[in-house]
Amino acid sequence: MKHWYMLTVVGRDRPGIVAHLSAALYDGGCNLGEASMIRLGGNFTIMLMVEFDGNKSALTHMVEPVAESLGLHLHVDRIEAKLHQHLEPDVRITVYGADRAGIVAHITGALAEAGLHILDMDTSVAGTEAKPIYIMQIEGHAAEGVEALQSALDAVAEQGVEAQLETIDTMIG
Amino acid sequence: MAVLEILTYPDERLKQASRPVENFDDELRAFLTDLEETMRAGPGGVGIAAPQVGRFERIVLVDCSVTRKSVPNHGFMVLINPEITEWEGMKVGREGCMSVPDYTGNVIRAERIKFTAFDGSGERHEYECEGFEARAVQHECDHLDGMLFLDRLVSRRNDLFRRKVYQKK
Ligand SMILES: [Zn+2]
Repeated sequence: MKHWYMLTVVGRDRPGIVAHLSAALYDGGCNLGEASMIRLGGNFTIMLMVEFDGNKSALTHMVEPVAESLGLHLHVDRIEAKLHQHLEPDVRITVYGADRAGIVAHITGALAEAGLHILDMDTSVAGTEAKPIYIMQIEGHAAEGVEALQSALDAVAEQGVEAQLETIDTMIG
Repeated sequence: MAVLEILTYPDERLKQASRPVENFDDELRAFLTDLEETMRAGPGGVGIAAPQVGRFERIVLVDCSVTRKSVPNHGFMVLINPEITEWEGMKVGREGCMSVPDYTGNVIRAERIKFTAFDGSGERHEYECEGFEARAVQHECDHLDGMLFLDRLVSRRNDLFRRKVYQKK
């Protein structure tokens, strides 16, 4: 019986991680779904949907050797796939400023209260070690309208970060 | 009148180039009616190209007068054998396609274009359009050359940040 699983794989970055891992999954009869694979700092991180004809321990048993050989830590969860049901973002928000404790919690808290459903969020620490800056790019759905989000952002911006909002008007043709 | 079936990728026919229209007759005009009905039946669709319904002729319909947020537009346009003659500016924007269900992506298009096209009775017109409408025309004209927005995808995040900062100045 085929089931969907979420593989979470984390380890020190090096070239070839994706190729080795996906080859092992293909050889093991897995079908791959959606994935997010990104280098965060010096670490490579993978969230990968995998369809596999077997239970969680069989999948773990199959992937563990290749993960270990690449120095990666593996975690497996049984999931519902829910493919072909993408939610479309209608708003894009960019926030940046000097890095400081609580910046993410503060901003996402204000946005959540104003009805933002985050679909995709990507944050980077840039600048230098002495003067780090924090950059956040968010795409989401404005459940309570764009005006509510804009006023939440205006309030956030008063506390010394730059915040911009633009609507995503998708052209379907 | 009829809502026509939309071809969806990976149907290879979407990747073929279409031929110019030669006969501006009643049969063509009957097809235009069906094509319009098909475009309006799709949720949120502001344009359609004939190859999307399996007719491989250079015919495009665009109507940006019906968008959620109003944008500059020429209303309902019937564009037969369209030729884009001038491109100006570049902008990243989100696109989806009735022939590519359940996916949207960022594509760079010219911000302003000039083009010529014939209407249903064979009369030639010149147009200038911008922004969202220019994006729709470029997306539909791509279909006539067997191109999908998937052929022009840029990173979801690519350039967006920089672009906003430039706009502020
Ligand atoms: Zn299309």
